[in-house]
Amino acid sequence: MMDLPLEGITVLEFSQYLSGPSAGLRLADLGARVIKIERPIHGEAGRKLSIKNLWVDESSLLFHTINRNKESFAADLKNPDDLALVKQLIAKADVLIHNFRPGVMKKIGLNYTAAAEINPRLIYAEITGYGKDGPWKEKPGQDLLLQSITGLAFTTGNFTNGPVPFGIAIADILCGSQLVQGIIAGLIRRSKKGVGALVEISLMESLLDFQFELLTTYYNSHQQPQRSHTNSGHTLLGAPYGVYKTADGFIALAMMDMGILADTIDCTALYEFTNDQAFAQRDHIKSLLAAHLLTQSAQYWLQRLQQRGLWAMEVFDWEKMMAHESYRTLQMEQPLNADGKQIITTRCPIRINGKRLFSDRRAPKVGEHTEKLIREMNEVIVNKEPHAIRRYSGN
Amino acid sequence: MLLDDILVIDFSQFLSGPSAALRLADMGAQVIKIEKPGTGDICRQLYVSDVRIEEESTIFHAINRNKKSYVADLKDPADLDKIKKLLARADVMMHNFRPGVMERIGLDYESVKAINPGIVYAELNGFGQEGPWKDLPGQDLLLQAASGLTWLSNNLDENPTPMGVAVADILAGTHLTQGVLASLLKKSISGMGALVQVSMFESVLDFQFEVLTCYYNDGRQLPVRSAVNNGHAYISAPYGIYKTSSGYMALAMGNILVLAELLDCVPLRQFTEQASWFNKRDEIKQILADHLAGKTATHWLSILEKADIWCAPVMDYDQLVNEEAYRILNMEITVKTSNGLSVKTTRCPIRIDGKLLSSAKGAPLLGEDNEGIDRLFGLSD
Repeated sequence: MMDLPLEGITVLEFSQYLSGPSAGLRLADLGARVIKIERPIHGEAGRKLSIKNLWVDESSLLFHTINRNKESFAADLKNPDDLALVKQLIAKADVLIHNFRPGVMKKIGLNYTAAAEINPRLIYAEITGYGKDGPWKEKPGQDLLLQSITGLAFTTGNFTNGPVPFGIAIADILCGSQLVQGIIAGLIRRSKKGVGALVEISLMESLLDFQFELLTTYYNSHQQPQRSHTNSGHTLLGAPYGVYKTADGFIALAMMDMGILADTIDCTALYEFTNDQAFAQRDHIKSLLAAHLLTQSAQYWLQRLQQRGLWAMEVFDWEKMMAHESYRTLQMEQPLNADGKQIITTRCPIRINGKRLFSDRRAPKVGEHTEKLIREMNEVIVNKEPHAIRRYSGN
Repeated sequence: MLLDDILVIDFSQFLSGPSAALRLADMGAQVIKIEKPGTGDICRQLYVSDVRIEEESTIFHAINRNKKSYVADLKDPADLDKIKKLLARADVMMHNFRPGVMERIGLDYESVKAINPGIVYAELNGFGQEGPWKDLPGQDLLLQAASGLTWLSNNLDENPTPMGVAVADILAGTHLTQGVLASLLKKSISGMGALVQVSMFESVLDFQFEVLTCYYNDGRQLPVRSAVNNGHAYISAPYGIYKTSSGYMALAMGNILVLAELLDCVPLRQFTEQASWFNKRDEIKQILADHLAGKTATHWLSILEKADIWCAPVMDYDQLVNEEAYRILNMEITVKTSNGLSVKTTRCPIRIDGKLLSSAKGAPLLGEDNEGIDRLFGLSD
């Protein structure tokens, strides 16, 4: 087994659904030991959330996708005995992640101040929907709602479509990814200065950061981004940037010189436009292009475009993509076994020292590791650090 | 700051690599951009829309604030020698050249490791180091097209629709930052460096991990976007954005029968089977769309919010920036370049120890820091 960069780091994950758990997953893939703290019996709410009604065991395939490579400790945080055990875990942990709404952890007695008292070296990471202050702090931190509120839905689709959301939970995923950055940076400081850290992020700040190019342009021009009327690809970019239908499928055209494009695809109507007009005249140019590109096959166009070094690509669906050598070369698929069922999911996208990071460990059942973790804590009490643990052992 | 004393030497251009370096700078690292003479990072010339701020690229300013610029001609042995001296002192080196370029220059991982065994060497490219697409340009739209991503947004009868933000660039940047930071942590304990590699292709597949896993395990059925108000190809009605008599509103996951009562929408009462909320989602969404078009978004939201239904108004930037909930985040910062240009942009989204991470330093002029860096690191003999 390879030596992973986060080996030796223990993470307690008090998180549900996607944002927090996706951060936990990345830390696990990078080598951390990630322990989900779940309520007894039912566990994390995400266990019951399925897509296409796909289930692995009593938990959904979706849950298994997000929570592989983790352990589970069952605890009723309202029960003092359980809470005392969780505090012992906190005393030994390096990182705590939660994505409860503001105030919940405080009520339980596990807010940052309380946790830092138990373990001053702890990196305490929290995700909220809209931050901890302000009029929206109690609103549900749900991805589509965040996309709608932050202007993101006006970046995609054509002007005539009305607002079009991204078909993937971008706020959750990006926020989880950024939380990982803050957590590891906190661990780096701790390794040098010995201090813990509070790392906070909200889905809303993540989505504003995501739009930083658009927002910076907006702040300085006071003009709202406008999608093109047809074949829209990016509000800030001129023609031909977008996806076009051909006689048999679709192709994507990124930024390119108007004259060279006209030559390459033999479209004389484009000759009257210069690069300077590519933005202002983009609807007109795109309509001409769209009509022209319908006349030949995707392969016909791509051969010409790619030969000239122009930035063009066939639009694949997953079936076509997976049949392609370039996809297979990546070895992106991660098989694992859960309850006798073979599941295929994706691996971590980062390579370290030339190696892909695979892990075939399935998601845990609720409380699967509770006994083991209690045993480990007891061994620590007897053998290693009696004072540190006893000080926080309940009562 | 978290990353005090971390020195990052960044050869990357455009968005993917530079956005990773920006985040490291936000968290306290010193980032030096290595740029070619004359033009520098190509992004400096990338004017988008028809917006010009004093003839500068606003995009470049947004991505490269809080960094230094050092101009070097990597084909000139004297310049290359200086860069190698700088790399000997660095914690991190980053680049996003196509495969083979750094080998030709002599700054591939093995060569740099020979100079500095503890370095974290991070490289980002479009389609990976191997395979038939390795030499294709790592451009965001092309990655969206290649990865199936365009089949997830917008309605069924629309063209495949790219996401209108450079999501492959940005996610690959966050993944590179994760790998760099994890390797720096290990270096701080063991002293050992590492090679970190990310491709935009792998990043954009990771982005789709939930739906791809579904596809891998459901007998490989391709996603089908809903015909009406698509929000997510795999989620039941009412998930999507709806037009009202004034403005748009979003409805996330919700119980159709509860909505039928709250919205007083009688035709929805027939959908008593929960399975029908997915199987008949187009029919349900069309009924809802027709019904919601009758009154304003404000009207509907006032009813639904009270009942804790997951809903929100759909806002554009003009509306958003006037909201108290936006202002209280203090997301806007103004940075200043050394020639006095002020640019308003966004700050780092992460807070540390209750504090915002914001720096007022704007993007560097091309080669602005050559002299200072030569002196500081003793590069000019």
